[in-house]
Amino acid sequence: MKLRLSEEDAAFREELREFFTTKVPQHIRDTVAARRELSKEQFVEAQQTLDAAGLAVPGWPVEWGGKDWTPLQRHLWHEELQLANVPMPLAFNTGMIGPVLANFASQELKEKFLAKTASLEIWWSQGFSEPDAGSDLASLKTKAVLEGDEWIVNGQKTWTTLGQYGDWIFTLVRTDPEAKKQAGISMLLIDMRSEGLTVRPIELIDGGHEVNEVFFDNVRVPAENLVGEVNKGWDYAKFLLGNERVGVAPVGATKRNLAAAKEAAKTAGPGGSSLFDDPVFAARVADLENEILALELTAMRVVANSSDGKPHPASSVMKLRGSELQQAVTELFVDIAGPSVIASGGGEESDIEDWAQVSAPVYLNLRKASIYGGSNEVQRQIIAGTILGLRG
Amino acid sequence: MDFVYDSEQEALKGAVAGLLGKAYDSTETRREIAKSDPGWSESTWQQLAEMGALGLPFAEADGGFGAGPVEVAIVAEEIGHVIAPEPYAETVVLAGSLVQALGTDEQRAEILGGIAEGSLIPAVAHTEVGGRYAEQPTAVTAAGSGDAWTLSGTKEPVITGERADLLIVTAALPSGGTGVFLVKPDASGLSRHGYRTADGGRAAKVTFADTPAAPLGEAGADVSDAVALAVAKAQIAYCHEALGAMETAVKITVEYLKTRKQFGVPLMTFQALTFRAADLYVQLETTRSIVMWATLVLADSDDRAFQIEAARRAKLKVSKASRHIGQEAIQLHGGIGMTAEYSIGHYTARLTVIDHLLGDGAFHLNELATSVADHAEYDPFGD
Repeated sequence: MKLRLSEEDAAFREELREFFTTKVPQHIRDTVAARRELSKEQFVEAQQTLDAAGLAVPGWPVEWGGKDWTPLQRHLWHEELQLANVPMPLAFNTGMIGPVLANFASQELKEKFLAKTASLEIWWSQGFSEPDAGSDLASLKTKAVLEGDEWIVNGQKTWTTLGQYGDWIFTLVRTDPEAKKQAGISMLLIDMRSEGLTVRPIELIDGGHEVNEVFFDNVRVPAENLVGEVNKGWDYAKFLLGNERVGVAPVGATKRNLAAAKEAAKTAGPGGSSLFDDPVFAARVADLENEILALELTAMRVVANSSDGKPHPASSVMKLRGSELQQAVTELFVDIAGPSVIASGGGEESDIEDWAQVSAPVYLNLRKASIYGGSNEVQRQIIAGTILGLRG
Repeated sequence: MDFVYDSEQEALKGAVAGLLGKAYDSTETRREIAKSDPGWSESTWQQLAEMGALGLPFAEADGGFGAGPVEVAIVAEEIGHVIAPEPYAETVVLAGSLVQALGTDEQRAEILGGIAEGSLIPAVAHTEVGGRYAEQPTAVTAAGSGDAWTLSGTKEPVITGERADLLIVTAALPSGGTGVFLVKPDASGLSRHGYRTADGGRAAKVTFADTPAAPLGEAGADVSDAVALAVAKAQIAYCHEALGAMETAVKITVEYLKTRKQFGVPLMTFQALTFRAADLYVQLETTRSIVMWATLVLADSDDRAFQIEAARRAKLKVSKASRHIGQEAIQLHGGIGMTAEYSIGHYTARLTVIDHLLGDGAFHLNELATSVADHAEYDPFGD
């Protein structure tokens, strides 16, 4: 056991920090720091900067652009990105479909998609959830029927995040209606410009347009766009969701946001006084900081024990606690803003600072964190069942 | 940062677990031993000494084995796993650290050597009634100069205070600051009133009336800093004890949910219960991370303020976790959890006591809150 990073890892961290804070355009990092929405162009520019330096997809197999890093180095990459306010590479591309294609797809699909997926030349959307298949994802109904050398897809997906920017969508579709739930599902890659595919926005409680419904009306998909084997889609989805959980505990970003909240609090009291003069407030922040520290240290323990590259069972702990603490910091921000919290539309003419203007929309938006990626109730079910052996 | 034990540490863990698992093989055994004086097993203590567990952190020249905080943590955690009543954190860590830091060559050889051999049980008399968790003593005062000192006042509760072969006493110095003194059990004006504690252990009210005392180390020097660091080390050892106890409490509770049937089905059929068990696991694992980290800070940093802060952070988290786990463990058992015959309630009792030794969660939170605005992101590496 040891506390400090080895010299090699410390140098590695320094090198990343240097790159992230000097090479990624400042306007993008400012947008992240202000907790404002990024434009499509900003996402793409940030990811292409990383990709050009070989830093967009370190977790992928080396032959497809990944890095032969230790789990600790990958953790440091993840942390430093967030601490530097660099947008995470698009999760749908780098954390979800990329690793699935690299592990399970045909050579042809790998060659067609992987490089463009890493560089965000192709923007992927996720087509998993349906109106009647949320936490119970395996009950999905969107179906694909093979006609000659094409799949004919009919049905509806929902909660498709940033689907308005999507070029392609990876979907779970039912290919064997007779088989038991999980057994009749396949993974199909669909061009979002296909005839019969419609994207419709869903407005959320923060007033933003982040998610969409996607409708499939006799969409024709070339047979070779099926990932791996037919009716094995559930296996690929489980692999993908395991990876998703590891990535959804944004400890670095949560730490950075807490530091920003503390800074704001120093002058948010009456007459510009510090909220830390109130011992109740100071204690709340100290406790939250300690819980975030405990989670950060847990993330380091998890990476140390997952050298085989598979998701650690404790990744459910990371998802559960990571989302709770991420939300707790957004809640702290609205409380620091106080009455200014209502001024979400104030804009530049308002005297209310930007961080306070965005505090309510961000707080409302982040309620999603305990729902997506397997809701926190699903994570408790996994911990109880898989880790503790409590099976009803 | 690396959280993995090396093979020697694994071997130590296995050996201590084996010894204590045999010594405390049932709730009944522990109850019997805790009921009879001195409240723990002298023979188990001897076996721990023979294994080398009692001299781990001391220098070889002082009769120890020159191991570090990680090894101490391993033993403390195994003590916690079976809630063994032996005073490991009090004797080896708190008393040992004070003597290590302050004692003369002669005092170190005698006291640390005696602890390592299992032949000397010292008790640290630090807490004072009405003083809560104050780091500076006020109720017990020292008078004198050179090597001739006397102590007056009362310390309570003093863990193992009645059985102790030597009292190590913190006292307010005439010139201000804190001194540490050694008092022999037959010293004049010393009285000890022993009693049972809420977790089945032993503590005492210890009164000094112009009682002769020998300074530990340099006479008359203010040693508040050394006391604070020894206290931090003991806090972290208690955290490991609590961690071991919480791990067992969660394990026992999970097992109960699997086997206990009501309405014709195992309790684990009810999601309202299994979700709460999942929350206990999350609490336990995040607590383990911060407690192990605090031990690494002790092992790898020379920055006293960082070490003390790490101990506070661990103790705060352990306080929250031990209440959550201790309360839920009983509740998830139902009525059986209330009985002295069954194990789980003893774990909750021990966790409740540990929480309130050397500062509870609220105390440490308050201390952390005073400096939380002084830094931006908190850096666990202490760079």
